[in-house]
Amino acid sequence: MSGSLDSRSTMKRYVYINDDLSKDLYCDNHISNRKYNVLNFLPKNLWEQFRRFMNIYFLLIACLELWSLITPVSPATTWGPLILIFAVSATKEAWDDYNRYLLDKQANEKEVWVVKQGVKKLIQAQDIHVGDIVWLHENDEVPCDLVLLGTSDIQGVCYVETAALDGETDLKTRVIPSACAGIASEMLHKIKGVIECPNPDNDIRRFDANLRLFPPFTDNDLCPLTINNTMLQSCYLRNTGWACGAAVYTGNETKLGMSRGVPEPKLTAVDAMIDKLTQAIFLFQIVVVVVLGTAGNVWKEIEARKQWYVLYPNEGPWYELLVIPLRFELLCSIMIPISLKVSLDIVKSLYANFIDWDQEMYDHETSTPSHATNTAISEDLGQVDYILTDKTGTLTENKMIFRRCCINGIFYGNESGDALKDPLLINAVATNSPDVILFLMVMAICNTVIPTKSKNGSIIYKAQSQDEDALVRAAAHLHLAFVNKSGNILEINLNGAVLLYEILETLEFTYERKRMSVVVKNCQTGKIILLSKGADEAILPLACSGQQIGAFVEAVEQYSQLGLRTLCLAWRELKEDEYQEWSSLFKEAKTTLVDRERRLAEVCQRLENNLEILGITAIEDRLQDGVPETIETLRKAGINFWMLTGDKQNTAMQIAVLCHFISPEPKGQLLLINGQTEDEVSSSLKKALLTMRITTSEPKDVAFVVDGWALEIVLNNYREAFTELAILSRTAICCRVTPSQKAQLVKLLKSLDYRILAIGDGGNDVKMIQQADIGVGISGREGLQAARAADYSIGKFRFLKRLILVHGRYSYNRTAFLSQYSFYKSLLICFIQIFFSFISGISGTSLFNSVSLMAYNVFYTSFPVLVSVLDKDLSERTVMQHPEIFSYCQAGRLLNPITFAGWFGRSLFHALVVFLITIHAYAYEKSEMEELSMVALSGCIWLQAFVVTMETNSFTVPQHLAIWGNLAAFYVINFIFSALPTSEMYMIMFQLCRQPSYWIAIFMTVAVGIGPVLALKYFRCTYRPTAIDILQQAEHMGRRILSLGNVNPHPRSLDEEVAPLAITQPKNCSPVYEPLLSDSPTATSRSICNNSI
Amino acid sequence: MIAMTGNGASRLLVESTDSAATIRRNSKRPKYSRFTQQELPACKPILTPKYVIMAFIIVSIIFIPIGLVTFFASGDVVEIIDQYETACIPQPYRGSQNDELNFIQSSTTNKTCQRTLTVPKNMTQPIYIYYQLSNFYQNHRRYVQDYNAAQLMDPNNVNDTTGCSPEDIANGSPIVPCGLIAWSLFNDTYNFTLNNQQLPVNKQNISWKSDRDTKFSSKVYPRNFQNGTLIGGATLDTSKSLSEQEDLIVWMRTAALPTFRKLYGKIEVDLQANDTIQVTLQNNYNIYSFSGEKKIVLSTTSWLGGKNNFLGIAYLTVGGLCFFLAMVFTVIYLFKPRRLGDPSYLSWNSNPGGH
Repeated sequence: MSGSLDSRSTMKRYVYINDDLSKDLYCDNHISNRKYNVLNFLPKNLWEQFRRFMNIYFLLIACLELWSLITPVSPATTWGPLILIFAVSATKEAWDDYNRYLLDKQANEKEVWVVKQGVKKLIQAQDIHVGDIVWLHENDEVPCDLVLLGTSDIQGVCYVETAALDGETDLKTRVIPSACAGIASEMLHKIKGVIECPNPDNDIRRFDANLRLFPPFTDNDLCPLTINNTMLQSCYLRNTGWACGAAVYTGNETKLGMSRGVPEPKLTAVDAMIDKLTQAIFLFQIVVVVVLGTAGNVWKEIEARKQWYVLYPNEGPWYELLVIPLRFELLCSIMIPISLKVSLDIVKSLYANFIDWDQEMYDHETSTPSHATNTAISEDLGQVDYILTDKTGTLTENKMIFRRCCINGIFYGNESGDALKDPLLINAVATNSPDVILFLMVMAICNTVIPTKSKNGSIIYKAQSQDEDALVRAAAHLHLAFVNKSGNILEINLNGAVLLYEILETLEFTYERKRMSVVVKNCQTGKIILLSKGADEAILPLACSGQQIGAFVEAVEQYSQLGLRTLCLAWRELKEDEYQEWSSLFKEAKTTLVDRERRLAEVCQRLENNLEILGITAIEDRLQDGVPETIETLRKAGINFWMLTGDKQNTAMQIAVLCHFISPEPKGQLLLINGQTEDEVSSSLKKALLTMRITTSEPKDVAFVVDGWALEIVLNNYREAFTELAILSRTAICCRVTPSQKAQLVKLLKSLDYRILAIGDGGNDVKMIQQADIGVGISGREGLQAARAADYSIGKFRFLKRLILVHGRYSYNRTAFLSQYSFYKSLLICFIQIFFSFISGISGTSLFNSVSLMAYNVFYTSFPVLVSVLDKDLSERTVMQHPEIFSYCQAGRLLNPITFAGWFGRSLFHALVVFLITIHAYAYEKSEMEELSMVALSGCIWLQAFVVTMETNSFTVPQHLAIWGNLAAFYVINFIFSALPTSEMYMIMFQLCRQPSYWIAIFMTVAVGIGPVLALKYFRCTYRPTAIDILQQAEHMGRRILSLGNVNPHPRSLDEEVAPLAITQPKNCSPVYEPLLSDSPTATSRSICNNSI
Repeated sequence: MIAMTGNGASRLLVESTDSAATIRRNSKRPKYSRFTQQELPACKPILTPKYVIMAFIIVSIIFIPIGLVTFFASGDVVEIIDQYETACIPQPYRGSQNDELNFIQSSTTNKTCQRTLTVPKNMTQPIYIYYQLSNFYQNHRRYVQDYNAAQLMDPNNVNDTTGCSPEDIANGSPIVPCGLIAWSLFNDTYNFTLNNQQLPVNKQNISWKSDRDTKFSSKVYPRNFQNGTLIGGATLDTSKSLSEQEDLIVWMRTAALPTFRKLYGKIEVDLQANDTIQVTLQNNYNIYSFSGEKKIVLSTTSWLGGKNNFLGIAYLTVGGLCFFLAMVFTVIYLFKPRRLGDPSYLSWNSNPGGH
């Protein structure tokens, strides 16, 4: 034994209980969640910030500006905003880190009772070392990961609340290892032993370790440890007087500490698009710099050398040719708006707050508000293509009610729909019919439920699985009540008589095995029996050869037709020696450190065979409120739904019909992909694909159904065909899929450039949720695991509608405007600079002074657009009535290269207008530099105000304040600067405002700049309206909007009309506008088109 | 205990979870405010034909009169322009750029030149005298910032010549005023006679008052100016402080355009139509090396400034276009009316295949 242990010793640690041996080997219990300390904060934080391309770019520009030969303006124009931006995010980081430090300090300095080398003393939590025995009292927080050694309970049981760890609020039972049973509490001070456990990992459901106590406590036997023998850091001890345990993992090496980690930041489609556009602008900038730089050098050679007054030296330095291009680079650097990142961060956190604040997404039943954990991806909600949803707990309430059963071929509950009221069954129980009693016995004790007595003497069941809860309660209702569990002894009350059973082993449920069993011994008769329950496909094949299972198959079929969840119950009597032989195998498997789960499954398989099937239970899981409506609305919005469930095909299909997932015949058509062998699967896949191709042109609701087994084959061997099917099909049902298959499907769809939203509620959905672009967790009955892993957590499925159609859509629209507008205003000022360079000898003179340039980006243009987060193009009601409008943001119609080209064109046009009017109105004797630059700047600011006004759909008070207040602030700020004698602009603004020609020029600029935009917009809104325009008009008219025609399953097949909110309407690359047609050529060309730009 | 039924257990279970929920309920519910619920009252204007047509008509109604007023204001301004850079080169030097340069750079040539201006209309005083340079890039990157504001402003900073390179130091001591702008000061001079009588030119207060008072100190005197190897433009009277050097102050208000006018002085008598003015000018300033132009301009002024037809014409054009657009929109609206907000225009409603 010891030899094999040594060979794996690299993988594990030995913890010597109550001994100093391992003290220096492992860290103490000092918790530190801090990212920085005082010394490394600045370098580390700067390093993190400089990993972004934009930041490096701006730093480079700022450094270049320090070279006075080439800088057109004072370096402060870039350094100011840059330092501001860095300071803001560094301060935020520092503040977060400081709060983490405070929390750590609180945890570290908490006092706990610890036994060190036999002496019990009160020390600070941070001084706990591996091997120390930690003493906890009721309601204490566990300071580090402990292996339980003793509790106040005689049976060695204690209860912990693990909410901080996994979010599950029910109490969990923890037991002391069998080796420690019976050790008196005062002896625990002296206990010595060694725990052999794996190196720290983050798996909070697994602890494969062994314990060996040193004499005199026990014989030198290895005792297996599981997660049930541990108390993990951050849990609370409840309902138990005291408990003590040996520290095995401490400090940041605890399971909680290891599972902390910074998740990969998700990048939204909008962010990716903005990045692409930024790169395009960057390229454009390079081109401008090269062209103007060359032109400048040429002009210098042929013209400027003749201009004696600039006094060019005949011989320049070696870098002379670079000077003018670099000047233009600096001049054009403002093309990429430095404020964009900050503005986006601000509005994104606001979007997230709107979700948190939304009262309509507050679940009264469980009193959970919606929460956006990830504050950066709200826009993606507005671009969802596919929703992959779990069934149980997500679409359904996960409130299980036992409805029907089939025992030994007899169906109960079929007439009334409730087996508990079926007189036949009640009668059978009363007459102690052995089949029925055995059936109820399995229902009552083949589980991990813990009955606890409440104060008034009634019994409350604490179950981790809702199914088990339903079964135990149903059994109790039928007068076979599971009354008490003390240690391994179960107390059952059957028709008033008390029966005692001893649990010998529990063969736990796993998603792979899909069944669980218990081995119990009847305390009266001494008979050992195996009770099993599980999915029919996991139990029925194990039936003993003599038994007819036809009736059960039929029952399963019938129940799942009704959308009920079925479980198959079975039993077998075990011989004493058979059990003993198996038990030792099982014990060995349980003590394995490597691959324990698989070995356990193998051993369990040995016992679970030759079963006698008792019957089938049927449990109803009602649909949540509003599920069909939500799905219907979202499908109208053009979102494809896939249901991924572990449930049976029939149950899944039934639920699918119930929640309008698929339409019933003849409108809907289901294509099944199944089969046992590869060939069968392949041929059914081909058939499905063929049918799908034919029917895409028809407005038919075709869905395909695939089960886990076929899916495995398909994903491994026929990926391409399945991909095509996935593109063609709006709906799919995947049943009996494992968590990793769910994640695989997400990955597959993601690879097709679709935006995937995954929604689920349980631990089996976590993988899928993490894999998807957007993960939504339902904070449901199966704990909060999914909700904690998700980007958004909501209380009910129906809130998804509001989350996507309202919050997602608004967020997308607002960001689309904000980002493009930011580029517009930067380009506007940059174009004016470029035009000015043509009349300043292409020498790279800046028309605007440093103060104006800096203030332009930071003050004059940021506030109005930030307030545009309050803008709503359509009211929430209209969007809900016309979910089809969603396809606009889904297909990215408001932010793409073409709309951007529109904004680009608009900035070019506006720059021309401002520039030409300024230089003509302020020609000859008025052409003074400072005045002319302020006229141009005022023109820009006025145009900004009107552009924002034009693009705003709904004006609230803050918006008016921001737009017009900003305009007023521009004058106030400039009056202040004009009053400073040292400023370059001394008196300029006062003089300008007194000149009629200034105001006349400004009004001219506004009229010429806005007039055509207004005319075009009006013409487009009226004569080539987009759906948004029509609905806005309809809203305005107050006309009652009626949806004509029926619900069209293909709302995205029209709308070729390109309608960017821009002056120029280039019509090439129209596939970008094709909103995700259901036929593949267009859908794929969309991604190609996107990529090529 | 024995009498306990499953029924009771389940009922109690429900109750207990309910009461637990009630306790938490109030704390977690998001607070209501119009802002957090995104329900701020908003007005949602849309572009209806009525409003848009009205807007365009209003703009045209405002713009056309303003255009007319500006146009006439500009028309009232009387302007005499005389381009003299070629005419003031003696015949032998004309034609080739080299000869022109030789003429202008030589210290021996006689640069005096006579020009005759005829007054086309009555001009009321004050009549402003400008010199106009073309193809002269005061806004050049090397030129426009080549001065030191601190030096001009404050006698304590007279030795500060940063940013004035290459005209910062001459003969080892700092130049005041330093920099290319001052160095290249315009140095043509004009003398006017009307009917053989000297016309007095007032060269006081031709610069901005703020410049005289603040930007150019009355305690800073020119020093070491135009003493270098290269002589640029005009020299300065070292006995006058910078704030009295109004030609310099005017020159140093750099122009943003390559064609610009700068104020030379004012004639404070009225001129009658058909008066002939003799201008005796010293043609000193070199614009020949870069093919520039020099003009002398006499102009009256209106409330809008000098003669500039651009704004008037632009206003009339814009006003006219707005009116035209309004008419077009009206015609289209009348002949091809379209119901706004008709849901039947919605693509998903008009889908013909929607069966």
